Amino acid sequence: MSIFKLTAAALLLTAAAARAEGPGLGQPLEAADIPFYATYVKPDGAGLPGGSGTAAQGAEIYAAKCASCHGKTGSEGPVMPPVGPNDVWAKPAGSYWPYATTLFDYIRRAMPLEAPKSLSDDEAYALAAYILERNGVIDAQTAMTAETLPAVKMPNHGNFLDVWAKQGAKPW
Amino acid sequence: MTRSDIDGAALEYAAGGGLLSRRMLLASAAAGTAAGLLQPRAARAEAEIPEWTKAAGARARGYGTPAAAESAVQRAIIEPWQDVAPAFSLSGTPHQRLRGTITPNGLHYEVHHGGRPDIDPARHRLMIHGLVERPLQFGLEALERYPMVTATHFLECAGNSLFNAVMPEPMQAGCDMLHGLVSNTEWSGIPMRVLMEEAGVQPEGKWVVAAGADGPSLARSIPMEKIMQDGMLALYQNGERIRPEQGYPMRLLLPGFEGNMNIKWLTSLWVTEAPVHTKDESGEYTEILADGSSVQFTFAMGVKSFITHPSATMTMSGPGFYEISGLAWSGAGKVAKVEVSADGGQSWAEAALAEPVLPQALTRFSLPWHWDGSPLVLMSRATDETGAVQPARADWKARYHASNFLHYNAIQPWQVTAEGAVQNVYL
Ligand code: HEC
Repeated sequence: MSIFKLTAAALLLTAAAARAEGPGLGQPLEAADIPFYATYVKPDGAGLPGGSGTAAQGAEIYAAKCASCHGKTGSEGPVMPPVGPNDVWAKPAGSYWPYATTLFDYIRRAMPLEAPKSLSDDEAYALAAYILERNGVIDAQTAMTAETLPAVKMPNHGNFLDVWAKQGAKPW
Repeated sequence: MTRSDIDGAALEYAAGGGLLSRRMLLASAAAGTAAGLLQPRAARAEAEIPEWTKAAGARARGYGTPAAAESAVQRAIIEPWQDVAPAFSLSGTPHQRLRGTITPNGLHYEVHHGGRPDIDPARHRLMIHGLVERPLQFGLEALERYPMVTATHFLECAGNSLFNAVMPEPMQAGCDMLHGLVSNTEWSGIPMRVLMEEAGVQPEGKWVVAAGADGPSLARSIPMEKIMQDGMLALYQNGERIRPEQGYPMRLLLPGFEGNMNIKWLTSLWVTEAPVHTKDESGEYTEILADGSSVQFTFAMGVKSFITHPSATMTMSGPGFYEISGLAWSGAGKVAKVEVSADGGQSWAEAALAEPVLPQALTRFSLPWHWDGSPLVLMSRATDETGAVQPARADWKARYHASNFLHYNAIQPWQVTAEGAVQNVYL
C-alpha cells in the first residue's frame, strides 16, 4: 500500500471516529430478527397484521381470559376497567384513548397480565372489538381488521393537548 | 445534644414557630458540647465493657448487608390489586429513615406494571432500528467496552404522592407511602447519543419508541431531542450493576422525565417520525384537567420538596433543638432555594442547601429549629432555577379533574401536635 493510500485510510478512520464516539461494536440487525413488540402499531394502522375478530367472538375470550381482573362486563374492575363510564377509572381505554389501534397493540403485547403474547392476532382483534362495542364506539356487526380498526373514530380524540409540542420539557 | 442545653435567650430566630438562623447550626452545636457532653474525670474500672469489645468479630464477607438492627428499614409496598394482579406492584423509598441524597440500591423505589422479569444477561440484547442508516444490535459484553459517563439524577414516578392528590382526608402514613416513589442514584452508562450516531439517525427520525423486555413490553415514545441531549443507557447504579428492580441489565435514563419513560430492561429503540401513542401515553400517563380535557406528553417532573425530619408517623422527643431536614428537586434543572415555615405559612426562612446542588437530582436542605412545645405546622416550599415554585394543594387541585393523581407537586404541611405527634395535614 502506498503512503498516500495509508494516509487516506487513516483519515477515513478518523472521520468515522468523529462521527461516532464509541468503538462501533454494534452488530447488523436483520428485519427478521426484530420481534413485533419492538415496534408499535401506528395510529394510521401501519404495522397491523392480517386477521379479524368481532365483538361476539371477543365476548367469549374476554369472559375466559380478562374478566377476573377487569370485571364481568369490563366496567366493574377492580383493575382499570376498559369499559366506561365506570366508578373506578376515569380513563376507560375503550372510550378515553385517542386511537383504537393502541387497544390492539397493547392487548397483543401485554395482556392477559400472567400470559402476555399468548393471544393470536384474531383474538386481539376480537378483544379490541368487544371493548369498543361495549363502549358504544362501534356496532356489534363490524369485525375489526387492519382496515376497520384504524378507521374507528374515538370519542375523546381531539380532547388532548400535546404539552411537548406546546412547551417542550417545561413541566406543565 | 439535649434540649436543655440551649439557652433560649441566646437564640437567633429566622422566622416564626422557632425557626433559627442558619448560622445557629454551628454555634449551638458548640454550646451543646460545652454544656452537655462533659468528659468523665477518670476512667472507671466498673464501667460496662460490651461483649463485642471482648471478642474477635466476624470475618470478611463477599457482599455486605445493613446491620441486623436496621432490618426494619424497608421499602413500603403498595399493591393496589394484590388479590387478582399481584405483579402490578410498587414500593416506596423510606425517606424518613434515610439521610444524605443517594438512595441505597436496595431501597430505590419500584413501579412494576407486569412484575420484575428474571433476565439472562447473556441472552439480552439492545436493538436500534427504524429510521436509521444501520439497524444494529448490541450485547452486554459489547456495550461494556464503550466509554461511559456518570451522573447523579432522581427518578420520580408520575404518580408519586398520589394519596395526597386524591384522598379527601390526609392519609396518616410515613414519607415512604406518601412520597416514596422518588429516589436518587449515581448512574453510569453510555450516552444515548453515541449509540444513536453509530446507527445513524435519518433526518425524519424525530421520536424513539423505547420498549422493555418485561412481560408487558412496556413502551414509550420519546422525543429524539431528549435522547440526544442527555439520554443515557444506564448499566450501573451507585457503582454496581443495575438491580433487577431498576432494569437489569440495562435501562434508559432520561434526567428529569417521569419515571415511566425511563424504560427498564431496555431491549429496543425504534426510531419513528412521530409518537405512536402507546398505552401509557394514551391513558394511564395523561392527566385530565378541571375542564374535562386532557394533557398528554407531560414529560418533565415539576419542582417539589418535602420535610423528611420530622415527618408524619414520627414523634418529637420533647421541646428543644431540632434540625429540620428534607429533600427538594426539579425536573427542569437545579433547585434554587427552599424555604421552610414553622407557622403554617405565615412566615418563611430560607434553608441551607447541601452542596453540590446538581440538576435533576435530589438536594438536601436543612434549617435549625427550636420547638417550644406548642402545636404548629411545618412545611417546605422549593423554587427551581427556572423560577418555578411549588404550589399549595388547593391551587394544584384547582387545575385538574378530581380523579387526577399524576404530577402532584404541592407543598407538604406536617402538623406537630402539643404531644409531639407529627401528622399529615392539608392546608
Ligand atoms: C391478572 C389480571 C389481569 C388479567 C387477567 C388481564 N389484565 Fe388487563 N390489565 C391488568 C393490569 C394490572 C393492567 C394495568 C397495567 C399497567 O398499568 O401497565 C391492565 C391493563 C389493561 C388495559 C389498559 C387499561 C388502561 O386504562 O390503561 C387493557 C385495555 C387491558 N388490560 C385489557 C385486557 C384484556 C383484553 C385482557 C384479557 C385478554 C386482560 N386485560 C387480562 C391486569 C389484567
